[in-house]
Amino acid sequence: MNPAPFELSMLLAILPEILLVVLAALVLLLNLGVRHRAEGVLGWLTAIGLAVIAVLSAVFARPGDTPQLIFGGMLRLDWVSFSFRLLFLLGAAITVLVSLEHARTITGEYLALLLVSTLGMSLMASSANLIMLYLAIETTSLPLYLLAGYYVENQKSVESGIKYMLYGAVTSAVMLYGFSLLFGLSGTANLAMIPFRLTQTGVSPLLVGGALFLTLVGFGFKVSAAPFHFWAPDVYEGAPTPIAGFLSTASKAAGFAVLVRVLLVTFPQLASFWTLVVAILAALSMIVGNLLALTQRNIKRLLAYSSIAQAGYILVGVAADSPLGVAGMVYYLTSYLVTNLAAFAIVWLVAQQVGSEDLDAFSGLGKRNPAIALAMLISLLSLGGIPPLSGFIGKVLVFAAAVEAGQVALAIIGVLTSVIGLYYYLTVMKILYRPAVDEAPLKPSLSWRTAMLICVVLMLALGVIVAPWYGQSLAAASALF
Amino acid sequence: MGFPVLSLIIFIPLIAGLIILALPAERKQAIRVVALVASLMDLVLAFWVYFTYDVQAGGYQFVERMDWVKSLGIAYFTGVNGVSVPLVLLGAVVLTSGVMVSWKVEERPREFFAFYMFLGSSVQGVFCSLDLFMLFFFFELAVFPKYLMIAIWGYPKTRDYGSMKLTLYLFLGSVLSLVGVLAMWSAGGHTFDMLELEKAGFSRAFQTGWFLVVFGGFAILGGIFPFHSWAPDGHVAAPTAVSMMLAGVEMKVGAFAALRVAITLMPDGARFYAPLILALGTVNVVYGALIAMIQSDFKYVIGFSSVSHMGLVMIGFATLNREGLLGAGLQMFSHGIMTALFFAVVGMVYDRAHTRHIPELGGLSQKMPLAALGFIIAGLVSMGMPGFSGFVAEFPIFMGAWQVMPIVAIIAILGVIVTAGYILLVVRRVFYGNLPEQLNALVGDVSTMDKIVIVGLSAMMVLMGILPTWTRMVPLIESGIAQILVLLGGA
Amino acid sequence: MDFLSNHLLSLILFIPTGAALLLLLIPRQRLTLIRWFSLIASLIPLILSVILWLRFDPQGAKFQFVEEAVWYPAIHSSYHVGVDGIALTMVLLTTLLTPLAILASFSIQENVRTYMVLFLLLETGMLGVFMALDLLLFFVFWEVGLVPMYFLIAQWGGANRNYASLKFILYTMAGSLGLLLAIQLIGVVTRTYDITRLIEIWPQLDLPGGVLLGMPLATVKAVAFWAFVVAFAIKVPVWPFHTWLPDAHTEAPTAGSMILAGVLLKLGAFGFIRLVLPLYPVESKQYALWLAGLATLAIIFGALGAFGQDDFKRLVAYSSINHMGFVVLGVAAMAAAPGTLDANIALNGAVLQMFNHGLYSAGMFFLVGVIYERAHTRDLNAFGGLYAILPVYGSILIFTSMASLGLPGLNGFVSEFMVVRGAWGVLTVFTVLSMIGLFFTGAYTLKALWKVLHGPLNEHWKGHVSEMNVREMLVITPLMVLILVIGVMPGWIVDVINRAVMLWF
Repeated sequence: MNPAPFELSMLLAILPEILLVVLAALVLLLNLGVRHRAEGVLGWLTAIGLAVIAVLSAVFARPGDTPQLIFGGMLRLDWVSFSFRLLFLLGAAITVLVSLEHARTITGEYLALLLVSTLGMSLMASSANLIMLYLAIETTSLPLYLLAGYYVENQKSVESGIKYMLYGAVTSAVMLYGFSLLFGLSGTANLAMIPFRLTQTGVSPLLVGGALFLTLVGFGFKVSAAPFHFWAPDVYEGAPTPIAGFLSTASKAAGFAVLVRVLLVTFPQLASFWTLVVAILAALSMIVGNLLALTQRNIKRLLAYSSIAQAGYILVGVAADSPLGVAGMVYYLTSYLVTNLAAFAIVWLVAQQVGSEDLDAFSGLGKRNPAIALAMLISLLSLGGIPPLSGFIGKVLVFAAAVEAGQVALAIIGVLTSVIGLYYYLTVMKILYRPAVDEAPLKPSLSWRTAMLICVVLMLALGVIVAPWYGQSLAAASALF
Repeated sequence: MGFPVLSLIIFIPLIAGLIILALPAERKQAIRVVALVASLMDLVLAFWVYFTYDVQAGGYQFVERMDWVKSLGIAYFTGVNGVSVPLVLLGAVVLTSGVMVSWKVEERPREFFAFYMFLGSSVQGVFCSLDLFMLFFFFELAVFPKYLMIAIWGYPKTRDYGSMKLTLYLFLGSVLSLVGVLAMWSAGGHTFDMLELEKAGFSRAFQTGWFLVVFGGFAILGGIFPFHSWAPDGHVAAPTAVSMMLAGVEMKVGAFAALRVAITLMPDGARFYAPLILALGTVNVVYGALIAMIQSDFKYVIGFSSVSHMGLVMIGFATLNREGLLGAGLQMFSHGIMTALFFAVVGMVYDRAHTRHIPELGGLSQKMPLAALGFIIAGLVSMGMPGFSGFVAEFPIFMGAWQVMPIVAIIAILGVIVTAGYILLVVRRVFYGNLPEQLNALVGDVSTMDKIVIVGLSAMMVLMGILPTWTRMVPLIESGIAQILVLLGGA
Repeated sequence: MDFLSNHLLSLILFIPTGAALLLLLIPRQRLTLIRWFSLIASLIPLILSVILWLRFDPQGAKFQFVEEAVWYPAIHSSYHVGVDGIALTMVLLTTLLTPLAILASFSIQENVRTYMVLFLLLETGMLGVFMALDLLLFFVFWEVGLVPMYFLIAQWGGANRNYASLKFILYTMAGSLGLLLAIQLIGVVTRTYDITRLIEIWPQLDLPGGVLLGMPLATVKAVAFWAFVVAFAIKVPVWPFHTWLPDAHTEAPTAGSMILAGVLLKLGAFGFIRLVLPLYPVESKQYALWLAGLATLAIIFGALGAFGQDDFKRLVAYSSINHMGFVVLGVAAMAAAPGTLDANIALNGAVLQMFNHGLYSAGMFFLVGVIYERAHTRDLNAFGGLYAILPVYGSILIFTSMASLGLPGLNGFVSEFMVVRGAWGVLTVFTVLSMIGLFFTGAYTLKALWKVLHGPLNEHWKGHVSEMNVREMLVITPLMVLILVIGVMPGWIVDVINRAVMLWF
C-alpha cells in the first residue's frame, strides 16, 4: 500500500484534472475576447470541452487492475474515483448546457467557477489523504459559494450564497477538527494507514468514534442529510437554478464519494457504529425530507426537500456496508444526477417564462410544450422510483442491500417514505396537465434541449439497460472492500 | 426459442403508445386507429397463445429468456402457464374493449391512448413474467398511467382524491412486496428467477415472517379488506376505459402476483396465514356486497361489487386446494370480463345521461336496449347465476372452502343473495321504470363500437358459463393449478 | 334418424334456446313474424316430446334416452340427461304448456321479441331440471329458469310487479342457497355429482368415525336434508314459504302465470321426488311427519286463503298452494313408508296431481287473463252474472273449475283421490285434516264461479266484454281435452308413472 514513487505516467492519471484547469483558464482568457460577440460560444466550448475531457479520462485515466496510490499517497486512482469523475464531468456538462439558456449565466467567470468546482470534486473522489481531502473539499466549495450568490442584485441569491458559505464554513470547521483529531490520534494523514495506526497505538474507540462523528458532520452537510439539511432549501431557492441543480447533484455525489471512502477505508473497525449512525441519518433524511416536501408550494424548495430525502435513500446503500450497497449508491447517484438536473432545468425554463417558481406556474405545461411536460413527468417518476426509469433501479439496489444486510427496518422506512414521496411528485405531475390561463408555447434553446435529451435518454437507459453501469458501479464498490 | 409471441404481447402496446405520443395531437383519427390496431394485434396474439398452449404438456410455455443484469440474477424471462394464459387473454380483451369504448374521447386523445397502451403493456408484462424483478418492473410501470389517466380524464368532482388514493395505496402495496421480494432474493441465492426460487426452500421462519408482507402488498391491489377502499374511490373517479382496466385487469394483477409470488414461493407461509386470508376474504365478500347495496351512485355500486368479488378470489387462494384455486383462477377471468362490461355500460350511461345518481335515472332500456342487456348479463354473472361464467367460477371456490373451513362457504354465500338484491335493484332503477323527461332528449342508443364491446364481452361470459371445458378455460387453469399444487406439496 | 333418437332429449332441451337466439335476428318491429316463429319453435319440442313419449318403454330401463357428455370434469360434473316415467310426464307437460302460453301471449304488444325470447329460454330452463341426471346440472337449470321468469314478471306484470318480481327471485334464490351449499357439500364428500351414482353412495355414506366437518355425520346429513327441503318447499310452495306466490302470480302476465303455476311449481315437487326421497331415505322417514304436517297446513291455509280473496287471480293463486299441498302429502306418504303399496299409490297420485294441476291451473290462469283483458279488473265483486253475456266463456270456466274442484270424471279427482287413498293408510290423521281443506276447495271454487258468472248481472259490462276469440279457444281446448281424457281414462299416463315409482322405491 505504499505510494509509488513519482513517474511521468502519473500525470496521465490526473490528466482530467489538468485538462479541467486548462479549460478553465482557456474560458477565462477567451472571455475577454468574445464576450459580446457570440454569447453561446463559450458555453458550448465548455460543454464540449467537458465531453472531451470525459472521453480522454475514460481512455487514458483508467485505473489498472490494482488501485494506484500516486503523488506520494495524496491521490488514489481506482474505480471509485474513475466512476465519480465521469459523473462530475457529466453533471458539469449538463449544467453548462442548461445555463446556456440564459445570457446571464454564460459569462466566463461563471463557467470557470463551475469548472474549478468540478476539479475540486474530481479531487475529492480520488483523495487518499486527509489534507488533500480537505483541500479538495474547499476547492469545490469556494466556487460554489460564489455561484450560489451569483445574482448579486438579487437579495435571495445573495442570501443564498452567504447562507451556504456560513453553513459550509461551520461544518467544514467541525470536519477539520475531526480530521485533526484523527491525525493526532493516528499520526498519519493517509486514509488507508489510519486504521492500522489506530490499532497499533490502541486508542480508545470512543475517541475515534468522536473523531468519526465530527467528520460525519462535514460530510452530512455536503450530502445535505438530515439533520444537516437546513441550508439546502434556502440555498436552492435563492441560487441560480442550474447551480441549485449542480449543488444538489454533483456536489452531493462528491460528498458521497468521500463519505464512503472515509468510512470504508478509514473506519472498518467501527463499522457497527457508523452503520448505525448512517442508518439513523438515512432514516431521518427520508422522513424529514419527504414530510417537509409535502407542504411546499415553491417548486425549488420542494425539490430541495426531495433531494434531502433522496440523500436518505442513497445513505441506505452506504449503511449496508457491502459491495452491493456501495454499488447501489453509485448507481442511485448517477440516476439521481441526471434526474434532478433535468428537473431543475425544466424548473428554470418554466420559471423564467412564467416569472414564478410556484407550483401553479407549471399548470398547462402539457399544452405549452408536451415534450417538456413529458420530460418533467419522466424526471418526477424517476425521482419517485417508478420503472422503466433509472430511479427504480437505484431504489431496488439500495433496498436490496439493506435487506441483504439485515436492515429490514430501514428498508421498510424507505419504502413507506417513498410512498409519501410519490404523493408530492404526483401532485406536481398532475399540475403539468391541468389547463392554465397562459398557454403560450415554450421554446427552449438548442443547448437546453440537448441537455434534456441527454438526461432523458440516460434516465431511460439506466432504467432499462442496467447491466453496464451496474458493472461499473460494482467495480467501484469492490475497490473499497 | 421460436417466435417471441409473449414479448410481442408485452411490447406491442408499449410501442404503440410511443408511436401515438410521436403523432401530432390533431391527428385524432390516426391516434385512435393506432391504438385499436395495436390492441387488436395484442388480442389476436393472446388468443393464439390461448388456443395453442399445450394443456397436456402443462408447465411454462412460450418461454423466452435473456440475461438482463446477470450479476444480480435478473433476467428478462417470460413464460405462461395455465393460470396466466387466461389472464393474458383478459388483459388483451379489456385493452381492446377499452380502446373501443373510448373512441370518442375528445380531450387530449393522444396522451389518453398512449397512457392507456402503457397500462396494457404493464399488465401483460406482469402476467408473462417469470422473473420477479421483471414482474415488479412491469407492475410499477402502471403507476403513472393509472394516476394521470384518473387525474386528468377522471370524474371532475372526485378525480383528485380518487387518483391520489388509488395510486398511493397501490404503490404502498407494491413497495411493501418489493421489500419482501428483495428478502426472498437475498435468502434464495441472489436470483430473481421464480423457477429457481421455487426450489429455494425458504425456512419456515422466513416464510411466516415474510409471507404477510409480500402477500399483503399484492393483495392491496387485489382489493383485500381492510385495504380495499382505494378500489371503489379509484374506479369511480376513473374514466370508463381506465375503470375497466383497473377493476377488470389491475385487480387481477394484484391477485395473480399474490398467488404467484407469495403463495407458490412461500407455501408454508401461505398455510400459516390461510385462516386469516379466508376470514378477510369472507369479510370482503359480505361487506362489499352490503355496502354496494346502499350506494346511490351507479358506479359506486359496481366499484364495491368488485371488492366483494375479489374476496372470493382471496378465499379461493386461501383454500390452497385444487377446487379453490381452480375457482379463483376462473373467477379472476370471469370477474375481469364482467366488471369491464359493467364499467363500460356505466360509462355509456354516464356519457349520455350526464349523471350517475340512480334516482335520476330510469327507463334507459328503451333508449339503449343492448347496453341494458349487457348490464343484465354482467349482473347475472355477478350474482353467480348458473349458465354464466360467474357460477362456473364461484362453485369450485365454495367447494374448496367446504374442505377447509365450511363456515366460510356458508357466510360467503350470503354475499351472493345480497348481490342478487342490489344488481336487480340497480337494473330495475336504471334501465326500467319511467324514463325521466330530461333524459328522453339527451339519451340515444350506443355506438357500433360500444355494441361490439357489449356483445363480445357478454358472449365470452356466456360461453364460458355454458361450456367451461370446451372453451379450454377450465383445462387451462387446471393444468396451471396442478403445477401450483405440486409446489404446495399437496395432492 | 339416428341422430334424432340419440339426441332426442338434447333436441327438446335446446331447440327453444336456439329459437330464442334466432329470434334475436328478426327485426323487433315484425310482431307477427316473431309471434308465429315463437309458436312454431315451441311446437317442435312438443312434437318431439310426443315422439319421446311414444318411444319410451315403460318396462325398460329406469332412465331412458340417456345422454352423457363432458361438461365440467374438473369438479366431476357432466352433461348427463335422461328421463324416467316421472320426468317424462313433466317434460310432456312443459312442452305442452309452453306453446299454449305463447299462443295466449299473442295479445302482448310491448317488447314482443324480448318477451318471446325469455319465454323460450324459460322453457329450456324448466326442461333441464326435469331431464338432469347430474346434480350440478340440475341446479344450473333450476336457477336458469328463474331469470326469464323474473323479467317476465318485472317487465310485463301488473301494477305491483317490481315488488312481486323481486320477492319472487329473492325468495327462490335464498331458498336455493341452502341447496347450493348442500350440493357443494355432497360434491366435496362424494367427488361426483352424478345422480345415478349419488343415490347409491350418499345414503350409505360412511365416513371413518362417522364425523364430517367436525360434526356427527347424521347431523350434517339432516342439515343438508333440510337445505334441500327448504329449497324445494319454497318452490312448491309449502306453507309457510308460500308468501311469494300470490304476489308473483297476481302480478305476472297471463302466460307467465300459466307457466308459473303449470310448470314452475312442479319443479319443487319434482325436486322432492327426484332428489330428496332417494338421497335422504333415512332423514325422509325421520321427518316425514313434519313434511306431512306442512303439506296439510298448505292444503288448509291455501284453501282458506283462497276463500278470503276478492281478487280473482289471487284466488286462483292460493288455490295452487292448496292443490300442491296434495302433491307434498303424497311425497310425505312415500317418505314415511317407502316401498309400501299405499305409499306407491300416494306417490303415483302426487305425480299425476302435478300433471293435472299443470293442466287446470294453467287453464284457470288463462281464463282469468281472458276476463282481465276485457274488463281490466280482477275484482270478484265487480263482476257478476257474466254467464248471461259470455256463455261460452262461462261454460269453459265452469268446466275448468270443476276439474280443479275435483269433480269425478275430470282429472283433478283421479289424482287427489289417489293421493288421499294412498296417504290414508300411512298418514291417517293428516289425511283427515286435509279433508277440511278439500271442503274449502269446494267453497272457494264455487264462490269464484258465483261471483263471476252468476248473480245479478253487473250492467256495467254489458257491451264492454266480448266472447272468447278463436285464438283463446285454441289455447284452452287442448287443456280441456286432456282434463277430460285423464279424468275418464287415466291408465295411459298412470302406467308410465307407476312403473317409474316402482323402480325407484
